[in-house]
Amino acid sequence: MLQKIYDWIDDRVDITPIWRDIADHEVPEHVNPAHHFSAFVYCFGGLTFFVVVIQILSGMFLTMYYVPDIENAWRSVYYLQTEVAHGQIVRGMHHWGASVVIVMLLLHTLRVFFQGAYKKPRELNWMVGVLLFFVMLGLGFTGYLLPWDNKAYFATQVGLEIAEQVPFIGVQLKTLLAGDASIVGAQTLTRFFAIHVFFLPAALFGLLAAHFILIRRQGISGPL
Amino acid sequence: MSEKKQQVSRRQFLNYTLTGVGGFMAAGLLVSPLRMAIDPVLQKSTHGDLANVSLAVGDITTEPTRVDWKIDQVDGWYESQVSKSAWVFKDENDEIQAFSPVCKHLGCVVSWEGSEDFPNEFYCPCHDGRYYKDGTNVPGTPPLAPLDVFEREVRDGMLFLGEAKPKGEA
Ligand code: HEM
Ligand code: FES
Repeated sequence: MLQKIYDWIDDRVDITPIWRDIADHEVPEHVNPAHHFSAFVYCFGGLTFFVVVIQILSGMFLTMYYVPDIENAWRSVYYLQTEVAHGQIVRGMHHWGASVVIVMLLLHTLRVFFQGAYKKPRELNWMVGVLLFFVMLGLGFTGYLLPWDNKAYFATQVGLEIAEQVPFIGVQLKTLLAGDASIVGAQTLTRFFAIHVFFLPAALFGLLAAHFILIRRQGISGPL
Repeated sequence: MSEKKQQVSRRQFLNYTLTGVGGFMAAGLLVSPLRMAIDPVLQKSTHGDLANVSLAVGDITTEPTRVDWKIDQVDGWYESQVSKSAWVFKDENDEIQAFSPVCKHLGCVVSWEGSEDFPNEFYCPCHDGRYYKDGTNVPGTPPLAPLDVFEREVRDGMLFLGEAKPKGEA
């Protein structure tokens, strides 16, 4: 049945080359842990992506309950965590995933660094990776405020003070992030929510696409 | 084609016009969202009134004392009362000083003699930031500037405090 549907579509729009091009290629022996166990270091990039997928899925479901309003944010998180079946698990996925993703990212970066895989012709992809790193830190920073508890509030206060230290544009940068020159409040929470849930994920998708396209163009770096 | 008579080809013409029109449309689309996003940066800082902190001037000693009071705060669409605090004392010239407790390093809260090891100083527990009694940061500790100073005024023997500003500006 499925085969028939597939054939019917393929017959008309020829989709086989599309997915072949994306999915059908050999994993070189030197990156396959089944051949050399030490090749597990090549997994960290994929693991980073895997955790990113978890963050995106769990995050999408969290927004079904979360309210970005200072009166209700904490209560909505408390409610989803204590009253909603499996809410604790979904929040836990997002909460712990946020740390795990950074760890994976660092391990992946270390692999690329110590193998010298960033060298010509792959310099561009290193730069894309650095941008990905900043976007990920931004997601961590903006997400941390959202539960609107004491820890979130004061961590953001300190984070904004750090932004204020940037030479020349620090004060404006802080206001731009916080939505107010001196208050960390209602407008800060809505801004951080928008940045966390729309702006940075959009940037993340674009950069990930660039990252993967470059890998497919250039192939994985050769054995040491 | 001759050097002088640089004709624009049909292809070039279409490229230029389409890029121009497309760029114009994209710019038009983005003006309002961007202006909206940066609005807080362009807002003039509203100047609040000084508030009575319920402290009689006669009760102020030379020992910095923490004073807490409340002000009405307007945060966009959200109005609320928030607490403020200051370290208040009379200096050697009998002038009233009121320092913001917000550390100039990364914004923790400083206390007068907050550490037993550093008497006669303001102390920040977060990274051992220290300030002399006149609010100046102790060189070699994390803060890079003196404690902010509140605008202050005495009306009918009571202390009124306004906004905290960097020392020298208030
Ligand atoms: C790499 C991607 C992401 C990272 C590193 C990240 C990180 C974080 C962090 C650290 C928190 C605070 C969680 C807590 O303290 O319990 C948070 C909360 C939240 N995030 Fe994300 N996030 C990511 C992607 C997303 C996406 C794509 C969405 C939605 C489409 C999302 C929606 C939310 C929501 C609604 C909250 C508030 C609920 C809560 O605090 O538990 N996140 N995020
Ligand atoms: S915040 Fe006060 S010393 Fe760092």
